[in-house]
Amino acid sequence: MIGLPHLLTLSAVLFAIAVCGIFINRRSVILLLMCVELLLLAVNFNFVAFAWFLGDLAGQVFVFFILTVAAAEAAIGLAILVVLFRNRISVNVDEFQLLKG
Amino acid sequence: MRHEAILLAPLCAALLVALGCRALPRLLAHGLPIAAVGASAVLSTWALVDQLNGPPVVVKLFDWLSIGGLHLSFGLLIDRLSALMMCVVTWVSLAVHVYTVRYMRDDPGYARFFACIAFFTSAMLLLVMADNFMQLFVGWEAVGLASYLLIGFWFKRPSANFASLKAFLVNRIGDLGLLLGIGLIAGAAGTLDYAEVFAGAGTLAVREITVWPGISWPALDLGCVLLFVGAMGKSAQMPLHIWLPDSMEGPTPISALIHAATMVTAGVFMVARMSPLFEHSAMALSLVLAAGATTALATGLVAIVQQDIKRIVAWSTLSQLGYMMAGAGVSAYSVAIYHLFTHAFFKALLFLAAGAVIVALHHQQDIRRMGGLWRRMPITYATALIGGLALAGIPGTAGFFSKDALIAAVSRADGALGAYAGWCLLLGVAATAFYTARLLLVVFHGEPRGEPQASPRSPLEPVGPWMLAPLLFLAVPSLLIGWFTFAPVVLGDYFAGSVVNLPSGGPGGANLSESTAEFFLHGLYSPVFLLAALGGAAAWALYEWRPQWRELAAPALRWPARALKLGYGFDMLVERAVIPGTRGLARGAAEQADARFIDGLLVNGLGRIVRWSSRAMRRLQTGLLYHYAFAMVTAICLLIAWVILMVSG
Amino acid sequence: MPDFGLLSVIIWLPALAGALIALFAGNAAGARWAALAVSLLQWIPGVMLWRAFAPGAGYQFVERNAWIERFNVEYYLGVDGIALALILLTLLLTPAAVVAGWRAINRRAGLYYGALLVQQGLMLGVFCALDSLLFYVFWEFMLAPMFLIIGVWGGERRIYATVKFFLFTFLGSVFMLVALVYLYLQSGSYAIPDLHAQPLSLTEQQWLFFAFLAAFAVKVPMWPVHTWLPDAHVEAPTGGSVILAAILLKMGGFGLLRFGLPVTPDAAAQFAPLIVGLSLVAIVYIAVVALAQRDLKKLIAYSSVAHMGFATLGMFIPLSRASAEGAALLTLGMGGGMVQMISHGFISAALFMCVGVLYDRAHTRRISDFGGVANTMPVFAVLLALFALANAGLPGTSGFVGEFLVILASFRAEPLVALGAGTILVLGAAYSLYMIKRVLFGEVANEKVAALADLDVREAIALGGLALLVVALGLYPGPLVELMEPSLDALARQVMAGKAGAL
Repeated sequence: MIGLPHLLTLSAVLFAIAVCGIFINRRSVILLLMCVELLLLAVNFNFVAFAWFLGDLAGQVFVFFILTVAAAEAAIGLAILVVLFRNRISVNVDEFQLLKG
Repeated sequence: MRHEAILLAPLCAALLVALGCRALPRLLAHGLPIAAVGASAVLSTWALVDQLNGPPVVVKLFDWLSIGGLHLSFGLLIDRLSALMMCVVTWVSLAVHVYTVRYMRDDPGYARFFACIAFFTSAMLLLVMADNFMQLFVGWEAVGLASYLLIGFWFKRPSANFASLKAFLVNRIGDLGLLLGIGLIAGAAGTLDYAEVFAGAGTLAVREITVWPGISWPALDLGCVLLFVGAMGKSAQMPLHIWLPDSMEGPTPISALIHAATMVTAGVFMVARMSPLFEHSAMALSLVLAAGATTALATGLVAIVQQDIKRIVAWSTLSQLGYMMAGAGVSAYSVAIYHLFTHAFFKALLFLAAGAVIVALHHQQDIRRMGGLWRRMPITYATALIGGLALAGIPGTAGFFSKDALIAAVSRADGALGAYAGWCLLLGVAATAFYTARLLLVVFHGEPRGEPQASPRSPLEPVGPWMLAPLLFLAVPSLLIGWFTFAPVVLGDYFAGSVVNLPSGGPGGANLSESTAEFFLHGLYSPVFLLAALGGAAAWALYEWRPQWRELAAPALRWPARALKLGYGFDMLVERAVIPGTRGLARGAAEQADARFIDGLLVNGLGRIVRWSSRAMRRLQTGLLYHYAFAMVTAICLLIAWVILMVSG
Repeated sequence: MPDFGLLSVIIWLPALAGALIALFAGNAAGARWAALAVSLLQWIPGVMLWRAFAPGAGYQFVERNAWIERFNVEYYLGVDGIALALILLTLLLTPAAVVAGWRAINRRAGLYYGALLVQQGLMLGVFCALDSLLFYVFWEFMLAPMFLIIGVWGGERRIYATVKFFLFTFLGSVFMLVALVYLYLQSGSYAIPDLHAQPLSLTEQQWLFFAFLAAFAVKVPMWPVHTWLPDAHVEAPTGGSVILAAILLKMGGFGLLRFGLPVTPDAAAQFAPLIVGLSLVAIVYIAVVALAQRDLKKLIAYSSVAHMGFATLGMFIPLSRASAEGAALLTLGMGGGMVQMISHGFISAALFMCVGVLYDRAHTRRISDFGGVANTMPVFAVLLALFALANAGLPGTSGFVGEFLVILASFRAEPLVALGAGTILVLGAAYSLYMIKRVLFGEVANEKVAALADLDVREAIALGGLALLVVALGLYPGPLVELMEPSLDALARQVMAGKAGAL
């Protein structure tokens, strides 16, 4: 029987993979964006799992809001990416270190 | 009002001449100071006459300041001691002023010189007329300033600048002692007024001063020793005597006035003035006696080997100051002051005569280039001879009365120190006679030597009445004044009201003789006169009768003569050790301790630490997104872990 | 109805005039004359203040208005004898500082003279403030004009010198702010009289004392936090040096009398030996350091440190040994310290102006570049010699009075300390007169010296006036001392009573 712990573990694994993706990935900014989506996915997964476990629809409703925000974010992120590429001719993360002290 | 005028007249003249300086016509430049000092001299004599039949006068001038229970004011105290000093100062100063008119005739700093000596006169009067310690110190420093300005009068000469700086600094070492002594008195007595301090001397004598936790000294012993350190500086007692020979870089009138007759005797005056305190301190009196006696003999010997006419007289002055101090050291204050009094006349006379010779020989000061001058400068010779006889203490002259009385007083002192002092002074008499005779013989007798006077016909610079008149004026008291003043001052109780003698002090100078005539007759047969005659005869033998004996004696005396020529090496010590040492210390402090350690290591070091640490911190800011993300996540994890541990633990 | 009076006029008149000059002065000459006029005009309220001041201990000319009510901060002004003496010093010296830059400052003169006047106003504010936060505000703002004066019109290493000056003083005064806030939390008031009355335990006093010391010791400056001073002086223009040495340094001593001693009397007594020791080091060691200086301004700067050491010595030596006559002795010592500060104000200002006179003509300050100046500049030589002798503490000049009183007080408390302090008699004379000997005396050293022209009328009036003041104070210091004595006396009693016992 699959229970709440299994679902939460899956969500945590997803989240951890996304986080690792953010700071192990050194190549593409696109990968970064995808990892951010994955973070949101892990969160959504938790919402759904708890909604099912507690029998409360509010969690599932919330997932829709998050999906909307994620879509908007992906759109803006990709737009920034395009501009970035146009200016720097690259989307390599290693090359962006304007804040270096 | 007339008492204030004694002080203010020379001061006003000095100020007027100083302000007018170059614009002032010559007549005014010397006329004003001479008139002012002359007025002072007359008024001082008037004050002295008043003192002979009246009580001491105290004139309050103004309140200086009062704070924390301490009241300081300026005031004049005219008693018999200060009246006598005032007369000495003003009359000698008047003679020197007149002399200066001719001596400085061709100097571009004519007015400046008169401003300075008039200022000196008023400063010296401020010192002797003081009615409190603070004013004494003010006058003390003011005469030091005048001395500094006048030694360095020819400020283009490096040697004069060096000598003036040296004089000021050595004097300041003494002044430090004086100031601390005044500090002690202010602390212990709560006042600096002479009358109040002296009235409470008895209670001061039993007080103790804690110098360091656990170490206490009797207040008056310490105080008197400190005051005497001041006297050692001003009166050039060994080892603070080193400035006086160098001070001869100043013009000769200054040497006569400041560095022979008046300023250098201020220390002796001060000890006499403080007699109510010194009488309570046997220790301080012993120190005075030891310093005075040592100086008297040691510097008298140095005078024998000098070749510069002014330096001979300067070392002789040191020796005579030693005599005065030694007299004060056995509580014979009246005798010491009496020697100060006669010395002022005959030593000023000798200096002025030396100045006349120097002018006549076109500023030649080396006695080896003089000789045979007695025919060509008869008046100068006669007056110098009178001065020399008085200095050597030949019976009948003024110097005889004061010096013989001094030696007689000191010979009464008991103990090893007393014996030592007695012998020093006795041998000093022979030395005095020797160098005086040598001076007179080499300068005025024998064959003319040196360039300008090689031929008897070569012209001497005419000296003129302005210089001869002061010589004659000073010759009279040098020769005769002992006959009139010895009886009241030394044998009588002239100083009864102003100088204190207590049983606890030294033997003093009372009852030296029955009368002046008896003292004179006694002096003719005394060993003192014998020694003086021997010294004079030796000089005559070596410099006039058998000069070749000097060659014979030279090898044996090489080392002693060398030591004497170096003045026992004090100057060498200062020039080779003290000055370079101070300079090295100062440079080390400035360059190593301050610039390198405090500023370089500590201050800029702190700045460097900040810069290093910020450079290290900068490394953390890589600018790479994933580093920041990693740091964020790690920090969140650590925070959560910490919270969980805190909550559960 | 808010009350504003004479003190407000004295503070804000120069500050506003300075701001106007900085903004609107068209050319250098206009700025100069305007600044001189304002600084001389300031003498009118100054004289009124002096005449109207009733000799006594309390604060007078009090103005008290709410400022930041939430924290009980007030616009609270008033003066006692101590502050008044320093105010008069400031008013007397500002025209001299204006005159000092007459020839040298031509670039952006309006800003320079504006900064100078604003500086004057702020310094007067420090002396007048009776609210500690107001005091702090004036205290910190005071750095800004001086920062500009050194940083814009200074010498080659001016940036280094300004940063050093700023950081040093700023670092110190932050601790004072902490102390003031702590005192506010304890007493609920920023008013200085309330802080004086606030009882404090010994431990509290110790912490507060060191916080205050950090602020004031840097300003005095005490050894070993003195090294900003020579650098700042060397780089500052003459007018800046005059203000810095003559008035700004006095803030440190004033602060100790306003806060250090009365707010934390027991801690002050406890740490008096420390301060005395530091003062002695400042006197002896710094005087030795001064001997080796090759730059005229550095020499005078070091001599300033030594002389200010006398001021702190006078304030603390009476505390180092408890004695029956404590209060009277403390009055004597503090009085000596105050007189020393005032006198040092005049003398150091004059000496820096003398260096400025030489620098304007020869464009060098190295002692070895001069020699025989007395031949070409006789009037200047007389004045410089007078000031150097005053610096050496010659009686008859103001330099003597303070040293004399402090040495008397020291001897009464600790004879050996008096001996140490007394070495200034020798060392002070040594570095002053050695400088004179090398600069003034001798044959004309080079063409530069031969080409020197003597003082012009403007310089002669300024230096001559200072000379008169120095001599007048030396001959007759009575009125100055009378002005301060009641306040010092009251302060001494308060300090001697202590406050740890009240808890």
